Amino acid sequence: MAILTARGVTKRFGGLTAVSKFDFESEENSIYSIIGPNGAGKTTFFNCVTGFYRFEEGDILFDGHSIVGLTPDRIVHMGIARTYQNIRLFANLTAIENILVGQHTHLKSGLVGAVLRLPSTVREEAAALAEARRLLNFVKLAGKGDFLAKNLPYGDQRRLEIARALATRPKLLLLDEPTAGMNPHETEEMMALVRHLRDELGITILLIEHDMRVVMGISERVTVLDYGEKIAEGTPAEIQANPKVIEAYLGRGSATEVVSQASAVQASPALA
Amino acid sequence: MEKPRFDWLQPVKIGLVGGAIGVFFALVGMVEAFSIRDIVDGIVSMGQMLMLISMTFTGYMAARRTTQPQHLWVLGSSLLAGLMFGGMVALLLIVGSLVNLRAVFINASPTLYELLAFGRGTQAGALLLLAEGVLVGVAAGLLYLLTGRFRQALVNALGWVVMAGVLQELLRITFGAWGPLAVINQWLFTGKGLSVPGAASLFVLVAGTTYFWSQTGSVLSNRLRRLPPGGQHTLRLVGILLLVLIVLALPQILGLYLSEVLTIVGVFALMGLGLNIVVGLAGMLDLGYVAFFAIGAYTMGALTSPELGFFSLSFWEALPFAVVAGVLAGVILGIPVLKMRGDYLAIVTLGFGEIVRILALSDFLRPWIGGAQGIAKIPKAIVGSIEFISPQQIYYLILVGCLLAGFISWRLKDSRLGRAWMAVREDEDVAAAMGINLVATKLLAFAGGAAFAALSGAIFASKLGSVYPHSFNVMISINVLCLIIVGGMGSITGVIVGAAALVGLPELLREFAEYRFLAYGAALVLMMLVRPAGLMPEATRRRELQEAETVEAEPEPAFGAPASP
Repeated sequence: MAILTARGVTKRFGGLTAVSKFDFESEENSIYSIIGPNGAGKTTFFNCVTGFYRFEEGDILFDGHSIVGLTPDRIVHMGIARTYQNIRLFANLTAIENILVGQHTHLKSGLVGAVLRLPSTVREEAAALAEARRLLNFVKLAGKGDFLAKNLPYGDQRRLEIARALATRPKLLLLDEPTAGMNPHETEEMMALVRHLRDELGITILLIEHDMRVVMGISERVTVLDYGEKIAEGTPAEIQANPKVIEAYLGRGSATEVVSQASAVQASPALA
Repeated sequence: MEKPRFDWLQPVKIGLVGGAIGVFFALVGMVEAFSIRDIVDGIVSMGQMLMLISMTFTGYMAARRTTQPQHLWVLGSSLLAGLMFGGMVALLLIVGSLVNLRAVFINASPTLYELLAFGRGTQAGALLLLAEGVLVGVAAGLLYLLTGRFRQALVNALGWVVMAGVLQELLRITFGAWGPLAVINQWLFTGKGLSVPGAASLFVLVAGTTYFWSQTGSVLSNRLRRLPPGGQHTLRLVGILLLVLIVLALPQILGLYLSEVLTIVGVFALMGLGLNIVVGLAGMLDLGYVAFFAIGAYTMGALTSPELGFFSLSFWEALPFAVVAGVLAGVILGIPVLKMRGDYLAIVTLGFGEIVRILALSDFLRPWIGGAQGIAKIPKAIVGSIEFISPQQIYYLILVGCLLAGFISWRLKDSRLGRAWMAVREDEDVAAAMGINLVATKLLAFAGGAAFAALSGAIFASKLGSVYPHSFNVMISINVLCLIIVGGMGSITGVIVGAAALVGLPELLREFAEYRFLAYGAALVLMMLVRPAGLMPEATRRRELQEAETVEAEPEPAFGAPASP
């Protein structure tokens, strides 16, 4: 069953059409990737799905419900969480506070409960803290909960961002270039983490990624965007052999040459 | 290898900058104005002290920047810097005797020159200034070369003597009110300042205490730390009890005038606690905060004063209305500015503050809130048979208000709502993507901040017994904002410390009120450079460490750990 369906989504910025009549479908419990050159409209599509942008045309359904016109906080409520291309943690909050903020939708205590420290609030806070610590442990940040987010090393920040997204208990997780700036070892770890999220927690994953090793290594289906339009869709192997994709990345003329080499580059980071 | 050469350029530069600051102090009139108060009677006035301190600081900075550690070079640097400082002031003296500077600098009066020249005329004065520069420079260099403990002791002792001199009136009143302490008064002070033996003994006492404390202090605190938890608990309890007693007894100890100062500090601290929610936690820069203070005060006035003839509620009956009016105003301001951030929000709120003040002045609303004449005959608060009239009594009213506001802020800060505020402060878009409802969260911050300001305003109205539009100008907003910044954004103790420093201190030094904003500006710049987080920065919580044991008790396998393939 499709958990996320986009039909003819179009987003324009003035005269520029960033995403044009984009159709997309993502199976439940799958790992899908969206790739494309810089400025192809990948992040714009993420912003449309999470309610950051209002798109001009089309419809996006999540779990059978339209998300058109909903504010970001409502969409999180439905079960979509995301991370950001340039890490956007709450820099001056501690790691554990970042995760606690992520649990916001699942906590209930209000003004009165907090001021009077009602038993229900105390219980809820204790449970939230335990859950935050569990998530911290899960992304291998145990013991770093009291660090300010901005003081964590880069790789830790990326993982903390995922932990914060997980705290919202999503059904669908959008990861915007999760391995950007990572070394091969860290990339391996991140891929294993993404697989684990899907296999163990049953979260559907949608990736934007530039590192072809990651894309080809973990995704079941790949969608290619270029200038806001979908130019190809298919399994990693199909995409790798698709001349249109190679053209989009390397420019006209290189296509034939590269296709002939495609089988040789199967497992190398050629297109990054 | 080249032999290192004495770098004379650096100390000269530092000395010139320091000297320029000294000349500035003289020309804006601070030296002359401050010289009416003696630190040590007949020996050094506050004005001279200002010069001496800036000179010492300049010399010290030069000593610190010396590239080579040789003692002579360090001393040479500080001497040179001191000489430059003295030279700049001497130059002012000479230029002043030749040209009439007064046409531009109205404070360049003959009295100033006389003060600067130690009353010895231009030439002798200039030479004396140079000599002073050399001496003070060398002294600053020596201070730098001393070991940490000696230096700490000396600086502390000097600081205490200067503070005792500056705050002599406060101390004299305090000691004077207590029979047995009057002896200290006589020993320490003459009519004009510290007495010579008083200053000397204070110096020796503080220096000695600091010196020995640095030795025994760590031993003592170590021993305290090694006490059994029960003992530590009792100790903390005793400490808290002592603090409570002091806070409760403060007006009795300090007397009438200082209690008045305390109530003003309290009014501002209460406002600060409110603004701290809006600016410190939720990160929304509100420059029109005085509006809510005004609304609280005017609601109190309009509902209670028999003069207007509508209502004659008592203080306590009107108080909830005042707070509710503040909350409503907070929401009304909040709705149109929901989409605004940073500078834009600041400008709009600034306008809102002015609108409220102008409305209070207007003829249109005159029948209800009195226009330019304001509202008089606002009743005092009554509890049982006690009427809160004198500052010593009103202090308790404000104390309760501050405690309430402080308690609520403290509880909220570490709650779901407080975290939502901080998330909005850090990154509004991401906060929304975490499921935080921006509209409700922001409005709650505005409403909460406004409620405390309105409470403060209501108490203020009852304290004065009248309200006038001109009490609610934009400077109040600026003052409150400054005290949060100086105290430490987001920190509750910071607000109290900031209010004491930025509101209390100027009240104690009323005769120098014209330099108040100069000092504010200097304090803000200094804070940004030296302690950007404020005097009492918000402590990062240490939850994880406290409860580390519970984690170890029930280890959750990290992803990728052997437990999960």
